[in-house]
Amino acid sequence: MSIASVFDVALVALILTIGASAILVRTAFAAVVMFVVYGLLLSMAWVRLHAVDVALTEAAIGGGMTGLLLLGAVARSRSVNVDSVRVGYPLRLAAGALCALVAAGLAVAIFYPPAPVPTLAPMVMENLPPSGLGNPVAGVLFVFRALDTLLEKVVLLLALLGVWSLAPDHAWGGTPGLQVYARPDPTLIFLAQLLPPVGIVFGIYMCWVGAKDPGGAFQGGTVLAAMWLLVIVAGLQKAPAIGRLWLRVLLVTGPVLFLAIGLAGWVFADAFLAYPAGYAKPLIVAVEAALTLSIAVALGMLAAGPPVRAQQQ
Amino acid sequence: MNAATLFGLCGAALVGIGLYGLITNPEPLRKILAFNLLGSGVFLLFGIIARRAAAAGLGGDPVPQAMVITAIVVAFAATAMAIALVQRLGDETGQASISSDSSETGEEKS
Amino acid sequence: MSLVMDILTICAVSAGALFFLAGTVGLLRFPDTLTRLHALTKVDNLGLGLIVLGLLPQTSSVLFAVKLVFVWLLVQLSGAVVTQLIAGAVRHHGADG
Repeated sequence: MSIASVFDVALVALILTIGASAILVRTAFAAVVMFVVYGLLLSMAWVRLHAVDVALTEAAIGGGMTGLLLLGAVARSRSVNVDSVRVGYPLRLAAGALCALVAAGLAVAIFYPPAPVPTLAPMVMENLPPSGLGNPVAGVLFVFRALDTLLEKVVLLLALLGVWSLAPDHAWGGTPGLQVYARPDPTLIFLAQLLPPVGIVFGIYMCWVGAKDPGGAFQGGTVLAAMWLLVIVAGLQKAPAIGRLWLRVLLVTGPVLFLAIGLAGWVFADAFLAYPAGYAKPLIVAVEAALTLSIAVALGMLAAGPPVRAQQQ
Repeated sequence: MNAATLFGLCGAALVGIGLYGLITNPEPLRKILAFNLLGSGVFLLFGIIARRAAAAGLGGDPVPQAMVITAIVVAFAATAMAIALVQRLGDETGQASISSDSSETGEEKS
Repeated sequence: MSLVMDILTICAVSAGALFFLAGTVGLLRFPDTLTRLHALTKVDNLGLGLIVLGLLPQTSSVLFAVKLVFVWLLVQLSGAVVTQLIAGAVRHHGADG
């Protein structure tokens, strides 16, 4: 057994243990902490699977942003006595057996993959050079499956609309309730003054380098969103009211630009979302830059939750 | 057993664990967390499909990898929506859990 | 020359790993939150510092080395701040666990 496979076995054991304890621990707070740790471990598994782009996304969004969202929800929710609402043993046993069966079925499928493993990697590498991109994942996201990426941005906006729509009537157009996190603390304020300049540069760098190496609009946008939330939580800046025009313009800039370039593809290239020859890379970088901003704002507002207070004039 | 198969089994087990949590945990928040766990297990299965399809000098097939990136972002959006729904439900009903027998739930009204 | 560099790497990374081990044992075995934080800060500080130091000779370019040092500095910053915040929370609400 090589050192790498010992590491893999240990990593899998740790992931399963932490994942199971995220389900089984008694308090919701401990479960969320476990989930964040789980997200970070899982991103290491992604590195081991040679998917560094996915690892970055998992660490940033799967662990970090989802963790923040769940922590906020725990802080806001009333505590509940878990023992009084636990389901009975027979049901748990049945559920356990069912889940073991599902997992076993998937395991069987893993042991018997289709004989010639289908792969699109050679096709991607063959068609990547005309786009001017060096990162095949970015190539798939912005050239070959651009429609998926565009629609995903629309999904983010729709989810944000859904979250905002859940605001009570009196708070519509007001500011989100980030104050559950807020504990004005000199140390936190110090961090919120020191880290954002570094974080903003890093977020832009991640977006820029995504054309060539692992990274990209999602990961960079998440870092920017995290910096924004840090500044808001430390109390250095107020969360914006959702009715603000600049907020809404920023939210739609990325998708609108993407869509406009996609529609222009009908005229200047020969299909929707096709890039004219020679202009692919600058167009993609422009779309990525706009998307990074929109993603940052959308993720930040999603994590901030529905508005709870009416806007102060 | 190679690394891809090992992580594939890990993904299968995670799907099972997540499903168990989804069924047995009465708290909506814990259900959302369990659903995320289940989802990440499915993503991991995609990851080993990508890893096994390694070709053309790449460590994995970039198409499933790109799909997983999209999926992680969409899962986050869905989670945010679900949490907002649960919170609104809690504000409206004062209940912190969903159960078929409502007398079992903690009925603290704010 | 490269042999000296390799030996330096092995020594520094091993020492860093030892600090990680010690810090993890401390996290698991120490009785209260503040002493556990004490154990963790040593890991951030020295363990990661030594590992980064050990990896520096293996880097191919100066830019890469600078990135590694930045990783260490950022972890230092976040570690110090988080430790302060947790310790502050313990002082406010009392240690529970």
